[in-house]
Amino acid sequence: MMNRRDFCKKSVLLFGTLAVPLAAFELFDPTSLLAEKNDGKEVRWGFLVDTEKCVGCGFCVKACKIENEVPYNADVSRTWVERYVVTKDGKTHIDSPKAARDGFTTEKIALGEGKFLDIKPDDIAKGFFVPKLCNQCDNPPCVQVCPVGATYQTKDGVVLVDRTWCIGCGYCIMGCPYGVRFFHPVYHVAEKCTFCYHRITKGMKTACVNACPFGARQIGNLKDPDDPVTRTIMTERVNILKEEYGTKPQVFYLGLTKEVR
Amino acid sequence: MRNHVWRPLYVVLFIVAVVLLVRKVYVPKDFGIQDRGYMYGFHRLGSEADWKAFPVKYRSTEYCRDCHSDKYNELKQSPHAVIPCEDCHGPAMNHPDDPPTLTIDRSRKLCIRCHARLPYPGSGRANIPGIDPETHNPGAECVLCHYPHDPRREAKK
Ligand code: HEC
Ligand code: HEC
Ligand code: HEC
Ligand code: HEC
Repeated sequence: MMNRRDFCKKSVLLFGTLAVPLAAFELFDPTSLLAEKNDGKEVRWGFLVDTEKCVGCGFCVKACKIENEVPYNADVSRTWVERYVVTKDGKTHIDSPKAARDGFTTEKIALGEGKFLDIKPDDIAKGFFVPKLCNQCDNPPCVQVCPVGATYQTKDGVVLVDRTWCIGCGYCIMGCPYGVRFFHPVYHVAEKCTFCYHRITKGMKTACVNACPFGARQIGNLKDPDDPVTRTIMTERVNILKEEYGTKPQVFYLGLTKEVR
Repeated sequence: MRNHVWRPLYVVLFIVAVVLLVRKVYVPKDFGIQDRGYMYGFHRLGSEADWKAFPVKYRSTEYCRDCHSDKYNELKQSPHAVIPCEDCHGPAMNHPDDPPTLTIDRSRKLCIRCHARLPYPGSGRANIPGIDPETHNPGAECVLCHYPHDPRREAKK
């Protein structure tokens, strides 16, 4: 027979034990502490585009196509440069002939199908160039829609395509709000900017950053507070494209205006 | 129960068995949920290594410095100092082993990428002296008169 005192003691013990979280029994693991200490070494690749510096020479597009073996004369490219010409009557004209592979060498705006638009210099309110590439979103919609797990995000934040696994359904091409994906004309699988994964993981800059004479393109580690790119993003007035989609792009732009889409 | 009731079940079981077998053989061992979780990280881990193994072609200007120090020094003291050699000469790859020489592009197209005058005062283009390619000595290569590695100079004849 249990008396009241025993009953109280035992219940306190029982509930006390139950209340101790399971985690308390986990042995102390030194590697987890080391991982926390190494936090500064973690990498999240980010990109900074300074549209004020871009001159529209197109060397970045040329370098990207050659470096990444995207057929040079095919009408597709992993990166491109857009020209924006805003006229005084409020109209915006955008073109990017051949993805600007050969640069912008004429004032005429390419309308496609061999047609061109002449704008008088006096009618121009502003003109500028905007380089575009994959935003390597933190919430990549293109990855979510892949039915076979052929496209994915690496630990350091780069979205890649597994060429051996892609079935070429094209959902990701439709899913990308920025239109950066296309079918590779040779492999017939989805193709996209990889931030030159083979270069950045060896400590080199991407081919486009390497080719830009004016520093309009920069790549850096967003997890390193001393990285010049990170410092600019933290302290200057940077902007991202199509924020309303909630994709959290990791390509940041200096000098964007409302005309840029 | 009668046999014809069970028969479809056997068929279904057989199909399931075949699918499982094919999956076992066909799906690589390193396929699975990696660092970024099920939503973004579901992939074959070996694909990352495939991309890392892609060949590098552009080697950057510092690579040229030792062998072409004359050109390097000329360029670095000129208004063209910011332009990487490989923009004008193409990717180095394993030059000088393969290819033994790089492209020398003397076309006007190369120079007018930057020097064709465009009326956009707000862009970086406004800081580069511009010419109208249709009136500035048309038909002649720019390098006949301008030395590309230091454009302040006249071309070496
Ligand atoms: C290891 C030494 C070495 C390095 C590094 C090197 N080159 Fe060369 N380069 C050579 C040699 C040797 C030749 C052949 C010279 C010749 O035939 O006159 C050559 C030839 C060339 C030529 C053709 C010259 C001609 O007269 O036809 C160009 C252009 C050139 N190199 C550019 C570059 C550039 C740009 C880089 C840097 C990306 C570079 N080289 C790096 C050794 C080098
Ligand atoms: C603005 C474009 C441009 C840049 C940048 C440039 N070059 Fe050249 N380079 C040329 C052109 C054009 C020629 C051909 C000149 C000629 O025929 O008069 C040439 C010729 C050469 C030659 C061979 C001919 C000679 O004069 O001996 C070599 C070698 C060379 N360049 C190396 C380099 C190296 C190394 C760099 C980087 C330090 C470099 N170039 C940067 C445009 C460029
Ligand atoms: C990547 C863009 C780019 C390319 C390509 C380029 N240039 Fe230049 N060029 C510049 C810049 C930038 C300056 C200097 C602007 C300044 O600071 O005044 C310049 C200056 C010049 C000048 C004026 C030099 C002076 O101060 O007297 C001449 C002439 C010139 N370049 C000729 C050429 C020729 C010829 C080629 C083709 C072989 C060429 N450029 C290719 C960007 C370029
Ligand atoms: C027949 C020789 C000749 C040819 C060919 C030539 N130029 Fe010139 N260029 C000159 C002379 C001379 C000047 C200086 C006088 C002047 O301003 O017109 C000059 C001036 C320039 C300037 C202006 C420099 C400044 O300080 O404002 C640029 C830029 C330039 N040239 C680029 C080019 C480009 C790009 C090409 C090829 C598309 C080219 N030139 C072809 C002779 C030539």
